[in-house]
Amino acid sequence: MAAAAGALRRLVRCGPQQVGSGRLPPPASRSPGSVLTLVPVSPQGLGRRLRLQLRSGIHGSAPAAVQVTVRDALNQALDEELERDERVFLLGEEVAQYDGAYKISRGLWKKYGDKRIIDTPISEMGFTGIAVGAAMAGLRPICEFMTFNFSMQAIDQVINSAGKTLYMSAGMVPVPVVFRGPNGASAGVGAQHSQCFAAWYGHCPGLKVVSPWSSEDAKGLLKASVRDDNPVVMLENELMYGVPFEMAEEAQSKDFLVPIGKAKIERQGTHVTLVSHSRSVGHCLEAAAVLVKEGVECEVINLRTIRPMDVESIEASVVKTNHLITVEGGWPQFGVGAEICARIMEGPAFNYLDAPAVRLTGADVPMPYAKILEENCLPQVKDIIFAVKKVLNI
Amino acid sequence: MRKMLLAALSRVLQGPAAAAAARPGAVSEVSRVVVASRNYADFASEATFDIKKCDLHRLEEGPPVTAVLTREEGLHYYRTMQTIRRMELKSDQLYKQKIIRGFCHLYDGQEACCVGLEAAINPTDHVITAYRAHGYAYTRGTAVREILAELTGRKGGCAKGKGGSMHMYAHHFYGGNGIVGAQVPLGAGIALACKYFGKDEICLTLYGDGAANQGQIFETYNMAALWKLPCIFICENNRYGMGTSVERAAASTDYYKRGDYIPGIRVDGMDILCVREATKFAAEHCRSGKGPMLMELQTYRYHGHSMSDPGISYRTREEIQEVRSKSDPITLLKDRMVNNSLSSVEELKEIDVEVRKEIEEAAQFATTDPEPPLEELGNHIYKNEPPFEVRGPSQWIKYKSVG
Repeated sequence: MAAAAGALRRLVRCGPQQVGSGRLPPPASRSPGSVLTLVPVSPQGLGRRLRLQLRSGIHGSAPAAVQVTVRDALNQALDEELERDERVFLLGEEVAQYDGAYKISRGLWKKYGDKRIIDTPISEMGFTGIAVGAAMAGLRPICEFMTFNFSMQAIDQVINSAGKTLYMSAGMVPVPVVFRGPNGASAGVGAQHSQCFAAWYGHCPGLKVVSPWSSEDAKGLLKASVRDDNPVVMLENELMYGVPFEMAEEAQSKDFLVPIGKAKIERQGTHVTLVSHSRSVGHCLEAAAVLVKEGVECEVINLRTIRPMDVESIEASVVKTNHLITVEGGWPQFGVGAEICARIMEGPAFNYLDAPAVRLTGADVPMPYAKILEENCLPQVKDIIFAVKKVLNI
Repeated sequence: MRKMLLAALSRVLQGPAAAAAARPGAVSEVSRVVVASRNYADFASEATFDIKKCDLHRLEEGPPVTAVLTREEGLHYYRTMQTIRRMELKSDQLYKQKIIRGFCHLYDGQEACCVGLEAAINPTDHVITAYRAHGYAYTRGTAVREILAELTGRKGGCAKGKGGSMHMYAHHFYGGNGIVGAQVPLGAGIALACKYFGKDEICLTLYGDGAANQGQIFETYNMAALWKLPCIFICENNRYGMGTSVERAAASTDYYKRGDYIPGIRVDGMDILCVREATKFAAEHCRSGKGPMLMELQTYRYHGHSMSDPGISYRTREEIQEVRSKSDPITLLKDRMVNNSLSSVEELKEIDVEVRKEIEEAAQFATTDPEPPLEELGNHIYKNEPPFEVRGPSQWIKYKSVG
């Protein structure tokens, strides 16, 4: 497997083993069966370069692990949950006969039919309200937004009808609905189709908000969200849909869940903590791979859940590394990074900071169209590397 | 005998609280005296009434133009409407005493709607409405004391004091919704669940003449008709959306036609029998799988839009008085029953007395029950979640949260 790396791939050992330097213990996050984790470097344009992270002491790949794209992982999750519970159904624009605008629901209408997979008219406010009402009456709907930009038209139903009802009814009326779809920037889709809603929904008590990065995240979080008795907003990313990841055998089980509210340490490190969610996690790992050559060990945390946020994991990491950088695609003001910084200031980790925490975010402008402008409106790997060096004063 | 009866009644009416306190069974004793002396053969068991023909939209036939009312039904409807009436007037009183805060949208005048609707459906059917919801909370099974205690924000309120006037819920009653029109897609979603589960249940989805101009309602009409959802859309047209009359708000005030491809009927919402028969008709249509129907109930609210609206800047006192004297739903029923020997003035007055007592006791509870404990603040954020902490106004103030 290792020998199969092609011309466009550069095999880099990072994490547990550095070329030319001593052995370091493997990150605890490596799942037992997995050997290879494919991490995308720059998923668009210049040809993908994949980095392989080898677990120390294992030769070749474990036979049970497979390569699964985020899209297929989501598809599997939907299929499994539809099969498991008859009350689960999917509604949204183009989810049925078109197989999904982004093919996430491919094959499901054929398998489950009109009752369980419902094509809606272009009526976000209407069909979102219908999904919420159905949840109030005992069903478990999955409401797809073609992109979360369109959820703004329906945001009253998400927040006021779904998010607040359990509280207003003092526990009498639960709302087990999942809102999912692509969030944040895509490629060249312009300002109205590129907004990140993590901060918007993350602001509201009563909602849960999750943001997967890898296939494992996508599958496990979607399954957990469907089984959760509360309204969950799942912010996917269109650019990640086609990216393959290694899925360990345990992740292929029909009962594999990723717990909501728990972050994952994707890469252990000692010098700086990089906290991120969704696509930016990949950029952090790429930056870490570059920095390791200069002797800087980054700890990369994949938030996985925006609300309730796993602040404890971030704090534990900052206590260890003494430096914090948050990375996200959304706008800076009142964003996820802003919240993390505030929470760190309030907690025990503040006293362990050797430098002020730093936020990397989307640029504070509506997203432009031209490629060079768009690229510079999101935190790139070079920005992360620059920030790490600034924070570490190197 | 009549003197005895009147004397007994006046004793009770003069000092209800004292009488109740001294002899809790006072009223029932009086009524027992009265009942013992009444001859049941004086009353008819039922009567048939002509009711107004409904205007029809996209329908060949409408609801029947006559309705049969039994004595039991009549007494039940009367008591229920009177209870709602007195409950709302009590709320008015408590609001002016500042014991009820915030928003308070009263339903007096519209009682025939919620009572008539309930009479036509099953407890297993579903109802959702907007914020003028106290009447529905009651007809859907919430006790008066729990409604009033919710208004006064006490722990004995039906939502433990956490919802308030606009957020009361009951079994198969989904509120109580504050955002104008938002409850309509919710109602269609509930209807979708009814169809999905195949249990022959329907959903009554109510909204007002003001909400009728909301875009999401038209989105909902479309999907409900497309998917043949068992949903009755009901527009309670009380002629004013807050301070804006229907003529000033709607290019078409034929609300029963606004569903376009959805068949509709316009109903006299002040006549409980009309409401009941129309609802039975619509319910049958939905249950048979034909899809949604639209009902416009022409009704009237005596109070302003809410307690902060005196209700006379956009309409005249004369108009309000005219409706009261000519179309009051409770008076209409009372006259029908008395004139057709289904009941007597005295019997109905007894019910009035009982109702007043019930409301008094409920108000007593609502004003003396303690407010919810501070610990309640953090609860009911998530369902079926292990207990966690919720942040208060500062990082040092935390509340425990259980579902």
